[in-house]
Amino acid sequence: MTNSRFDHQAIRKQFPTLQQQLGDHPLCYLDTAATSQKPQCVIDAMNDYYVQDNANVHRAAHQLSARATQKYEQVRQQVKQLIQAGSNQQVIFTHGTTESINMVAHGLTTQFKKDDIILVDGAAHHANIVPWQALAKRTGAKVIPIGLTPSGHLDLSSYDNLLALKPKLVALSHVTNALGTINPVENLVAKAKQQGALTLVDGAQAIAHLDVNVQTLGCDYYVFSGHKMYGPTGVGILYGTLDALNMLDPMLTGGEMIKSVSFEATTYGELPNRLEAGTPAIAEVIGLGAAITFLSKLDKPQIQQHEREMLSYLQQQLSQLGDITLYGVEGSGLADNNATSTNNLGAVAFNLASEHHQDVGILLDQQGIAVRCGHHCAMPLMQHLMIKGCCRASIGIYNNQQDIDRFINALNEVKLMLL
Amino acid sequence: MSPASTPAESLFEPLSEALIQGEKLIANATNWQEKYRQIMLLGKKLPSLAAEFRQESAQVKGCESQAWLYHRTINGKEYFVADSDARIVKGLIGLLLVATQGQSAEVIRQFDVTEYFNQLGLSGQLSPSRTNGLHALVQAMNDHLTR
Repeated sequence: MTNSRFDHQAIRKQFPTLQQQLGDHPLCYLDTAATSQKPQCVIDAMNDYYVQDNANVHRAAHQLSARATQKYEQVRQQVKQLIQAGSNQQVIFTHGTTESINMVAHGLTTQFKKDDIILVDGAAHHANIVPWQALAKRTGAKVIPIGLTPSGHLDLSSYDNLLALKPKLVALSHVTNALGTINPVENLVAKAKQQGALTLVDGAQAIAHLDVNVQTLGCDYYVFSGHKMYGPTGVGILYGTLDALNMLDPMLTGGEMIKSVSFEATTYGELPNRLEAGTPAIAEVIGLGAAITFLSKLDKPQIQQHEREMLSYLQQQLSQLGDITLYGVEGSGLADNNATSTNNLGAVAFNLASEHHQDVGILLDQQGIAVRCGHHCAMPLMQHLMIKGCCRASIGIYNNQQDIDRFINALNEVKLMLL
Repeated sequence: MSPASTPAESLFEPLSEALIQGEKLIANATNWQEKYRQIMLLGKKLPSLAAEFRQESAQVKGCESQAWLYHRTINGKEYFVADSDARIVKGLIGLLLVATQGQSAEVIRQFDVTEYFNQLGLSGQLSPSRTNGLHALVQAMNDHLTR
């Protein structure tokens, strides 16, 4: 079903983790939305750094430090290009999406006052909910969830009504992690800006699958993790406009981020260092750079086409299996006219009849199938859908039709056992 | 804890013969499908906890599914009543109870769940390290003994 010019097997082969057996079964990895597998080039880049270049960055005059710094700063340039940021200063290395959002929520504390309003995507990951609740607790501000349609998509009329309250900040998901819903963020951001709100977009589930242009999106902050885009864990990005980043008080203070320190008065340095206190995750940043290089060598439209085909095949096969409820998908029986999008990306959420998602997950695992089963760090969304949790199969660049066929066969076996 | 918040003492009793037989059926099962089928059947034989006792205060933390555990000491022996909203976990609870119901606190403290699962031929299928909550359940039982 995939374009014949496209050598998918050559891509898949670059991921050593996928070449393994789990008991009697080859691993079938359908949990990329939790974390992606890593290509050999990422593993090699981190290894090479430790073998050849290990030194702290931005500090010493010696050659190792110069090499490490050069490689580290090179990745900042790569990230800038990846997301079309205006300048390198606007790319802050963090330890992941969660830390990036916390840095913004913490850094804005002095900007907020009692009764200021923070609008949050009602289907957001907890990492894009809880830091705002903590900010609200510190300042007396209020967190208001943006309403959802019955199928779990953002309700645009609720959004418009809430924007009329003149929120101080709007926290959005580019793609939701539990359902894989693609939100029309460019439009949502534009509307929020018209009302004078700051905007943060969680791009954790988007960055590996979509072309992201932060300047077109127009948001004040865009955040994502390396480990969901074939890079290592422990590194993430906080992008911001210069004004939005300069507005932030540093969450972490210490070395690297200062201009001068005395016991009378310490002054902070300039961006990006001002927001990167302490020794960063150097090897992980370099690994992220290798992941971006890996992705840049691929034909992006072809990859995106392949992923869309895999997802649509997955949805179709799940529907045909019977006794399956799909969440957040058109034609699932939960679709509705107010949905902002019937477009899904990367993930399919489902339950098998009224069976517990954990039972389904354990029995799939017995057959070498790795899917996520639980609340997907989106308890408010689960409450909205009136379920305790669900299973989520998510795809990456390496998944092929055989993976999906194996998954469906395994799920059919589970169905025979449970129903 | 008020008396009404714990199931009646009569529910803390030795397990039925059917449950004890269930353990043998699991041990004798020859493939993973049959092992799991028998685990779930054993769970079905375990009495369900009335809705009023499915309280948050009795919930075992660390299980992806919900599980509730109650404990009483009767005549120096330890008895548990437990339930889960997921079938496999309920079966695992049944297995744990087969191994521990009516034993002394000392025996239960010494109970090695990994070894027990090895003996049942479940180590390949159901290692306690996985997120099935088995360790959390064993820990919760031990916590009750020290209360």
